[in-house]
Amino acid sequence: MGGLERRRRLVGYALVLPGIAYLTIFFALPLLNQLWVSLMTGNDVDGFEPAWHFSIYPDAISAYHEQMLRSVAYAAIATVLCFVIAFPLAYFMAFKAGRWKNLMLLLVILPFFTSYLVRTVAWQTILADDGWVVDIANSLGLTGSSNRLLATQTAVIAGITYNFLPFMVLPLYVSLERMDRRLIEAATDLYANRLTAFRRVTLPLAMPGVFAGTLLTFIPALGDFINAELLGSPSQYMIGNVIQSQFLIVRNYPMAAALSFILMGAILVAITLYARALGTRQLREAVA
Amino acid sequence: MRTTWDRVRDAALGVWAVAALVYLFVPIFIVALFSFNDNKGRFNFTFQGFTLRHWEHPFAVEGLQTAFVNSLVIAALATLIAVILGIGVALATIRYRFRGRTAIESLVLLPLATPEVVLGAALLSLFLVGGVVRGFVTILLAHIMFTLGYVVLTIRARLEGMDLHIEEAAMDLGANEWQTLRKVTLPLIAPGVAAAGLLAFAISLDDFVITNFVSGQTQTFPLFIYGAARQGLPPQVNVLAIALLLIIVALMFLNLAVQRRAGQRDAAASAVLVR
Repeated sequence: MGGLERRRRLVGYALVLPGIAYLTIFFALPLLNQLWVSLMTGNDVDGFEPAWHFSIYPDAISAYHEQMLRSVAYAAIATVLCFVIAFPLAYFMAFKAGRWKNLMLLLVILPFFTSYLVRTVAWQTILADDGWVVDIANSLGLTGSSNRLLATQTAVIAGITYNFLPFMVLPLYVSLERMDRRLIEAATDLYANRLTAFRRVTLPLAMPGVFAGTLLTFIPALGDFINAELLGSPSQYMIGNVIQSQFLIVRNYPMAAALSFILMGAILVAITLYARALGTRQLREAVA
Repeated sequence: MRTTWDRVRDAALGVWAVAALVYLFVPIFIVALFSFNDNKGRFNFTFQGFTLRHWEHPFAVEGLQTAFVNSLVIAALATLIAVILGIGVALATIRYRFRGRTAIESLVLLPLATPEVVLGAALLSLFLVGGVVRGFVTILLAHIMFTLGYVVLTIRARLEGMDLHIEEAAMDLGANEWQTLRKVTLPLIAPGVAAAGLLAFAISLDDFVITNFVSGQTQTFPLFIYGAARQGLPPQVNVLAIALLLIIVALMFLNLAVQRRAGQRDAAASAVLVR
């Protein structure tokens, strides 16, 4: 049987190899190369030289800490808003929607299939200076001294919240949907009131969904620059705007590369801290 | 027992859920509305009257047709290749055990957890260092890379729900690995493969950030939209965005209908067998 076992293993390798080779060449290799680029010195005209120039990292942080902190703040606020909007929706879909469940699920997924840019430009139209949304906000005194919604942080955060909302709804829905309802019944049978049952049973069981949803929202929000560019102004620019312009306009490749790794590092730290706070079981279940 | 309080709470939940769905659809409604706007001049910011003109001539803007066709071709090719590579990775990681499993898992999942701007910049760096001319091919290479992870996860979800014994039965009855894969496993995971393909197609079609880094002189639909957004989108862009949405929804329903049909056929077949 040894031959059969070996043959089986070979089939496994043959199946996995092309895809893994592809990701090695077009994902791992570019990142390694980028690490090397970040340590180069030079300029766009004379070219860049490998230099082990580690001080680019502290330099990048001191030059762009404002945009970094702003990105973290915007992404965090948008993630919390997404959760607040999404949880009751997901709860309703999982427990109360009955035969409307599948239709609602479809409606949550549908915005994915319209262009992200087109939807964001539509928000530009909705929030435009001569539009009725601004009129209402003005008469309620919500716009402050500028009398505008566009080019404010409110618009940018609202745009991010809008664009990543489905990423929060879907994992929350999945974790609530596959929950064993008898556990909640058992809790109420054992004289827990509704609120206690929710707090001690429903919410803990939904944690894998909360974990997946917050990460799926927070990570892309942290690197986003479309909302800041289309709905904001340079004073709302985030770290993604800086990376994009350093790379494509200023052509300071080492700076853009260093900022990329600072962003990735921040994400890894955030995931680790978050996983530790929630417990690793949630992490495993969220990934599975 | 349902109290008044329960009923109030359920109603509040329902109102909240509907309001959230409306919020998701407000911009899409605006996009659809302005695709019928009889706009004078090139701006499309205020609604000036109803027309079907843009739906009749969706490519009446310079460069839009080329960009749109490029996007469709790139999405189709990227989906095809990502699905072929992804089936292999999904099958191997579920069905076979081998060394380096953790490394393989990370390689599949990490691109999904990496911001697009980082992926795009890293690819451009590699192409610059390697002296690769950027254009159609580099866009395609990038799109295969960032759709692959989604394909693997979607197909794996299907494989995990599958009964291993069916494959073992095929092998016991003398089918070799290849025959089992082709005649048993692939037909069983077909709905998952279709869903993965649809997802990859939609993600590829909509990508702006990574494409913007590696595109060179080649235009795609999102790049065209980005370029036009500064002066306001021409209504033809709205027409194409809504048309794409309708096509993808139709494909989703088709996939569902085929699955349901296959489900009924299987149920009928097993009913006959049991008798």
